[in-house]
Amino acid sequence: MSFEILPFLKSMISTAGLSGYEAPIRDVITPVWQELSDHTWVNSHGSLHAIQYGSGPEPRPKVAIIAHMDAIGLMVTGIDQGFLRITQVGGVDPRILPGQFVIVHATNSGKTVELPAMVVMPPAHLLPKDASGALPQKYLLVDTGLRANEVEELVRVGDVISFATEARELSGGTLSGHTLDNRASVAATTIALDLLSRRKHEWDIIAVASSQEEVGGIGAMGAAFDIHPDFAIVIDVTFAKGPGGAEGVLFDMGKTITITWGSCDHPALYNAMKECADENEIPAARDFAPAGSGTDAWDVQVAQAGIPVVELGIPLRYMHTPVEVISLKDVKRAGRLMAEFTANLPLDFMNTVKWE
Amino acid sequence: MENTNKFSPEFGEKELDLLSRLSNALSVSGDEQEVREIVYAELEEFKDSMHTDAMGNVLVSRQGSGPDRVRVMIAGHMDEVGMMLTEEDGDGLFKFTIIGGVDPRQLVGKPVIVGRNHVPAVIGAKAIHLTTREERTQALKANQLRVDLGLGGSKLAEIGDRLTFDTKLAVLGPSLRGKALDDRLGVFNLIQLLKHAPENIDLLAAFTVQEELGLRGAKTSAYYFNPEVGIAMDSTPANDMPDFDGEENPRYNTKLDGGPAIYLLDGATIGDHRVIKWLSETADSEGIPYQYRQAGPGGTDAGSIHKTRAGVPSVSVSVPQRYLHSAAGLVRIDDVINTLKLMHAALSRLDRSILNSQER
Repeated sequence: MSFEILPFLKSMISTAGLSGYEAPIRDVITPVWQELSDHTWVNSHGSLHAIQYGSGPEPRPKVAIIAHMDAIGLMVTGIDQGFLRITQVGGVDPRILPGQFVIVHATNSGKTVELPAMVVMPPAHLLPKDASGALPQKYLLVDTGLRANEVEELVRVGDVISFATEARELSGGTLSGHTLDNRASVAATTIALDLLSRRKHEWDIIAVASSQEEVGGIGAMGAAFDIHPDFAIVIDVTFAKGPGGAEGVLFDMGKTITITWGSCDHPALYNAMKECADENEIPAARDFAPAGSGTDAWDVQVAQAGIPVVELGIPLRYMHTPVEVISLKDVKRAGRLMAEFTANLPLDFMNTVKWE
Repeated sequence: MENTNKFSPEFGEKELDLLSRLSNALSVSGDEQEVREIVYAELEEFKDSMHTDAMGNVLVSRQGSGPDRVRVMIAGHMDEVGMMLTEEDGDGLFKFTIIGGVDPRQLVGKPVIVGRNHVPAVIGAKAIHLTTREERTQALKANQLRVDLGLGGSKLAEIGDRLTFDTKLAVLGPSLRGKALDDRLGVFNLIQLLKHAPENIDLLAAFTVQEELGLRGAKTSAYYFNPEVGIAMDSTPANDMPDFDGEENPRYNTKLDGGPAIYLLDGATIGDHRVIKWLSETADSEGIPYQYRQAGPGGTDAGSIHKTRAGVPSVSVSVPQRYLHSAAGLVRIDDVINTLKLMHAALSRLDRSILNSQER
C-alpha cells in the first residue's frame, strides 16, 4: 500500500522546529522514517538520518538524500508591559509579519508552554515619525492575549516563536501553509523511502532531514562529513511562477520539478538524473544556480575531500511567507524520481561520475 | 416569567459557540447575509416583530409591559471590512479592492476565504530572496497583491465575490482573538439583551448594515424605529501598547480590562450628557468597571442615530479591542461580559426622568 503523503505533510507543516530547535519536527518525522528504514539516528547538530541497507556486497557505496527540516521564525528579545519584542531566525521579510498568528514556546516556568499569539503593529503615534511605511521588525510586538504578570511568569528572552498558520488545501491539488520550505522536500524524501522499501537496491540509501539550513547549511555540513556519502542528492524548494515572482527562469507549479545546473552540481550527476527523469516521463526543468546555491548543496559539496552533489527543486510560491503554496503532484514526482534514480544505481556508478 | 432584572451574563460554551459563528462568518459591508441568517436563527422567537428593511438591516421591536416605557434603540452592526475580487489575473489568481478601512500591510501573507462557499485562498508575497533591502522598506500596496485560489481556482470564484481573513475565533487565556469582533461583539451582546430584555422599556434592536461605509444602515434603522434614546454597541481601539522609546503612552484611547468604554466625543457624535450620566451612575452603583473612551476621531452608528428625525439623545458603548480591522482583534472576555452587564443594568433602571433632566 502506498504511503499517504498528504496527511503526513499537513502534520509536518503544523509543527514547529526552528533552526537549532528542530526537536518538534524531528519527533514527527522519526516514527515515519523508522517504519521505512533499517536504522535511524540523530547527529550532533540534530539532523535525523534513516538508512536502508543495499543488497550489494560490503563495502557498499552509499548515497545521501538531504532535505532540511528546520523552519524560519522569530525569537523573543525583550518583554515590555506584557508585549514581546522580537528578532528573526532565518530570512523573514518584516512586511509579512503584522497580523500573523504564531506560537510562543515559553520556557520560563521550567517546562515549555505553547502560547498562541499574534504579531502586531503598534499604532502610528507610538512609533517614530519615519516609521509610516513597512515597519522594521524592531517596532513589531507579539501579543499572547495574557496579562503582563502572566507573560512575565511564563516567557523569557530567547524563547522561540513559530508560525501557526494552518495547513490548507487549495484548488487543483495545491497545499498552502508555513514551512513547506522545506517540509515538502522531506515529504518527497519520505515518498522515495517508501518506494525504495519495496524495491531491491544495491546501494545504501541514507535519508537526512537536516537541521539549521535556514541559518547556513549547518546540519547538512556535519551530516555530509559524518556519513561521507559517495554522492548526495540535495532536495529543496525553488521559485515557482506566480504573483511576486522575479525576472528570469521560474517554474510552473504543478507542471515540473527541477534539476539544478550550476557550480554546486556535478554535471555527470545532472545528466544522469535528467536521463532518469526522461526515461520515467517525469518533467524536470533545468534550474540555474550559476554561482553557488541557496541550499544545503553549498556545504555538502565541500565536506571532507569533496562530495559530488545533484540538486532537485520543488517549485513553490511565496517562499518564506506563512502561506507558501506547492503542488502535491510535484512532491510526488520528486519522490518518485529519487526512488527510480537510487534504486537503479549500479555498484560501479561512481566510475561514470567523471570530469570530461 | 423570568425575572429579567436578575440577568447575570456568562461566557460559557454556548456563548463561545454563538460568538464563534458570528466572528467566523463572511459578512463584508454590502453583503451581510451570513450574519443576517445567524441573527434570524438566534431570534426565531421574535420573528413576528422582526422587519428586514430595504438596506438589509434586521430590526426587532421588543415591547415591554411596564407603564410609560421609553423607546430605546440599540444598534450593533453586522458588517465587517474586507475585500472584493475585481479582475482575473491568471490561473486561480485575482486582483481585488479593499472595502472599508483595511491597512494593506495587514493583507500580506494571509489566508483568506472567498465568497459564500468560503473557498480557501491566500494572499502571498514575493520571496524575501527575490527582494532588495530597499524594497523591504516599502510597504506593499493592495494593487501589488493577488488572491490565489490554487491551480484551476478561477472556476471556484468570480469577480464581485467578497472575501475576508480566514480567521477562527480562539480563546487566548483571558482574551478572545478573532476577526470582525468589530462589531460581532455588538451583535452578540444585542442578541442576548433581546433575550433578557427588561420589561420597563421598549427595546428596539437594530442589527445594522454598512457601518464601515459611513454609518449608513443605522440611518434608515433609526428613521424606522423613531427612538427616544439611541445607543450604538460597538468596539473601539485599545491602543494600550508600549511606546517605541519607552515614553509614557497617554493616547491609549481605551485599555483592555478597563470595562465598557463610554464615548464622550468622537468624530461623528457628541455623546448626550444625560445618557452618559445615566450609564456612568448605573455602573458606579452596580460596581461594574467602565471607562471613558478618550475623545478623538472615529465614529459609530450613534453618529447616524443622533441626527435622525428631530434628533435622538445618543451615545456609544464599546468593548475595548486591540488591532481592529486586521486578521484578528484581541478583547478581554471580562470586558465583553461587563459591557452586557452594564447595558442590561442601565436599561433595567431607565425611566423618562433621565430624559426630562434639564442638564442639557
